[in-house]
Amino acid sequence: MTSPSNSFDDGPFLVVDDLSVRFPTSDGVVSAVSNLSYEVELGKTLGIVGESGSGKSVSSMAILGLHDRRSTELSGSIRVGGDEILGKGEEAMRALRGNDVAMIFQDALAALHPYFRIGKQLTEAYLAHHPSASKRDAEKRAIEMLDRVGIPQPDMRFKDYPHQFSGGMRQRVMIAMALINDPKLVIADEPTTALDVTVQAQILDLLQDLQREFNSAIILITHDLGVVAEFADDVMVMYGGRAVEKGPAKDILVRPEMPYTWGLLSSIPDVEADTNAKLIPIAGNPPSLLNLPSGCSFHPRCPHTGKVPGNLCSTELPELLPARSGPTHFKRCHLADPEAVYREEVLPEIAPDLLEEDR
Amino acid sequence: MTDQSTGGLPAEEQREAVSNGEAKTSAESLENLIDDSHSAAMFDPSKKPVLTVTDLKMHFPVKSSGLLRRTVGHVKAVDGVSFELREGQSLGLVGESGCGKSTTGRLITRLYDPTEGSIEFEGRDLAKLSQRQLKPRRRDIQMIFQDPYSSLNPRHTVGAIVGAPMVIHGTVPKKQVLKKVQELLEVVGLNPEHYNRYPNEFSGGQRQRIGIARSLALQPKVLVADEPVSALDVSIQAQVINLLQDIQKEFGIAFLFIAHDLAIVRHFSPEIAVMYLGKIVEIGDRESIYKNAHHPYTQALLSAVPDIKQAQTGGRRERIRLEGDVPSPVNPPSGCHFRTRCPIAKEICSVVEPPLLQIDQRHKVACHFASEVGHAPERPVTAPLLGVDEYGAPDPGASPAEIPGDGPGYADTWYDLANNTRGRA
Repeated sequence: MTSPSNSFDDGPFLVVDDLSVRFPTSDGVVSAVSNLSYEVELGKTLGIVGESGSGKSVSSMAILGLHDRRSTELSGSIRVGGDEILGKGEEAMRALRGNDVAMIFQDALAALHPYFRIGKQLTEAYLAHHPSASKRDAEKRAIEMLDRVGIPQPDMRFKDYPHQFSGGMRQRVMIAMALINDPKLVIADEPTTALDVTVQAQILDLLQDLQREFNSAIILITHDLGVVAEFADDVMVMYGGRAVEKGPAKDILVRPEMPYTWGLLSSIPDVEADTNAKLIPIAGNPPSLLNLPSGCSFHPRCPHTGKVPGNLCSTELPELLPARSGPTHFKRCHLADPEAVYREEVLPEIAPDLLEEDR
Repeated sequence: MTDQSTGGLPAEEQREAVSNGEAKTSAESLENLIDDSHSAAMFDPSKKPVLTVTDLKMHFPVKSSGLLRRTVGHVKAVDGVSFELREGQSLGLVGESGCGKSTTGRLITRLYDPTEGSIEFEGRDLAKLSQRQLKPRRRDIQMIFQDPYSSLNPRHTVGAIVGAPMVIHGTVPKKQVLKKVQELLEVVGLNPEHYNRYPNEFSGGQRQRIGIARSLALQPKVLVADEPVSALDVSIQAQVINLLQDIQKEFGIAFLFIAHDLAIVRHFSPEIAVMYLGKIVEIGDRESIYKNAHHPYTQALLSAVPDIKQAQTGGRRERIRLEGDVPSPVNPPSGCHFRTRCPIAKEICSVVEPPLLQIDQRHKVACHFASEVGHAPERPVTAPLLGVDEYGAPDPGASPAEIPGDGPGYADTWYDLANNTRGRA
C-alpha cells in the first residue's frame, strides 16, 4: 500500500460524499443509507448517533468494504486520505483494511476467534501488513500493544485464549488488534455497549489516550448520547438512513434544532438531572427501511408537524441546511424557528433546571 | 392535529399513541403532560413494607468434572442480602454484571430455591414453602423479563401468552379470559384486537408491553422487573418506563427494579440498593445515594456514568478510576469484597467484613471508611462498634456494640458519622 499522505496534506482524512447504500431484496429495495455526506479530520472524533436500523453501522461498513459486493448497490464517493475507495478491488481493500483503517467491533467475544490464541491473532494482523517483518518482531509488537492497552502481564496473557479474558479485557485486546498497525482512522462500532459503566469508562479513557498519542481519526458509533458528550468533537444524528442533524457536539447537545434529536435527549434520564424532569418518549416505532415515509422520514413520529404550513413535512424532504447556532451546524427540518420551539416547549419539560440557569 | 402527526402509522401504533397518554403529540396536549406527571417517583415512608427479605443467600455449587462430579466450591451469587419493599413503592437494584442483582430477583420470585434466609410476604416465609404451597402465592409476585424476544413463546398467540396465567391459576372463568386479555392489552397500550397475532408480528417495544400485560394478568402486589428496558432502543425505553410508572400508580404495585443503568434507576426508584459481589454495599433513598454516596464503589459507579450535561459546561467530571475487574464470586476476597479495587482500603478491610451500618435516617453503607469523596477518615469508623482496633485485630478493651440498622428496614436511631454519636429522627 502506498502511503496516501502524499496526495493530501491538509483537509479531512476521511471524506464521505453523497453515499447511498441499497440492498435489493425479494421484498423490495432496502435503502439503508441515502445521500450521506460527512468528513473526519485526523485527531478528531465523530460520533454517529441513531437507533437500530438508522444506517449508522452500514455507512461505516462501506468504508471498510465489508458489505457483500453481489447484493449491495453503492453510489457516491468515499475518500480515505485523498484516495477514492469505492469501486476498488478486493485486493486493494485488503491492503487498506486493518492498516490505514481499522475497526473495533461491539461484541469482542464474537469478533475474536475462539480457537486461536490471542497472540496468534494479534501477530497475524501485524504480519498481514508487514510481510517483511519476522515472527519475533510481530510478537514483540503484539506484547507491546497488549501492554499499551493495560493488560497486566502481557507476555503471559499473550498465550491465552479469548475465553480466558473478561469482557473488558477482550475489548482491550480488540483495541490492541485494531491499533497494531497504527491506523489513521479507527471505526468503533458501539465499543462499550456490552460493558458495565466502570469498564466503559476505562475503555473510553483508553481510546482517548491512544487517540492523543497516535493522532488518529475516530468514528464512534453509539446510541448513548452521554458517551458522545464525553468523547466526540462532532456529532451526526442519523434517522432512516439519512443524517438529520450534524455539527459540533456542543451545538448538537445544547442547542439541537431537529425534533428527533430533541426526542432522543428527552427520552433518556440523566444522573444529575432535576427530579422534576420528565421522560418524554418518541411516539411510535422507527421506520422500515423498505418503505420509508414520504417527505421527512421522521414526520409520522414528529410532534411539531403542525407548526409547518401545509403538508410540507409529509410531501417534501427537507434539505440539510445550516442551523442558526453556527455555520458548521446543519439540520434537516422544515420548522421555521426550531430554537424557539425547543426553548419554549421542550426544555421546560426535560430540563427545568437548565432553563433557569440560562435566564 | 393528532391525526395529522400520526397519520402515517399503522393502526396498532396509532392506538398505542393515543391510549398511551404520553404519546399524544399535538402542541396542546403538551400542557396536559405537565399534569400527567412522568417525573421521577417520590419516596413515601408512610407505606408499610409488603416484602421483607432477610439475610438471603444463594450459593450455586461448582461441580468437578469427571464421573463423580463432586462439589468443589460454591459461587456465592447472593451472599446475605436484606431489604424491605414498601407497598406501591419501588426499590432499584444496581450493580455491575455478575453482582447478583438478577439472582436476587429470581430468588424473590422463587425461580431459584434460596440456600439460606427468608423472604417474608404477607406473614409467610416464601423461602421455605414447597412448590405446591407456593403456587397460590405466585400470583402475588410476578416478573418482567429482560429480553422481549426470548421470553415470549413464538408459537403461541398473544392471547394465549397473556391468558396463560389466568388459565393456570383459574382466577378468571374460561369464557371471560379473552375479555380480560383484551382489557390488559388495552392497559399496556396495544390494540385489543391483536390478541390472535403472534409475537413476531410486534416490534421490540410492543413485545415488552406483551410481557408486561402477562405479568399484570394475576393482579400481583409485587413486580420484579429485571432490566425491563435494556434490550430496547433509546426512544422506546422511555415509552416502557412511562408505562411502568402509570401501572405502578394505577394498581399500587411494588416494584423491585433491577437495572445496570444508574440514570434510569434514579428516575424510576426513590430508593436504591447498590450491590457488589453478592452483597448490598449501600442502600438508601435517592438523595443519599446520588448526592451523598458514602461507599467508594457507589462513588466510582456514579463518576463513571457518561453525562450529557458535560457538553453544556465543557469540562469533564473527575473520574474515580477502578482498576481491574470484579473478582470471582467463587473465591471472593476476605474481609470487604471490594477492597481489592478500593482506592481507600487499609489493613482492617482485609480482616473484618464491614457491617451494613445505618448512617442517616434512610441511608446504610457497608464500609469501614464511609465518607464523602476525598474525605476518608484516618481511623475506621466501624472499629469501636465491632470491638476491634484499627487494624482489625480483636480489641480486649472494647466490647462489640449493637450495629444500628442491622435488619432489613431502617431503624429510628443511627450512627452519626460526623460526631461519632447516635443520631435520631
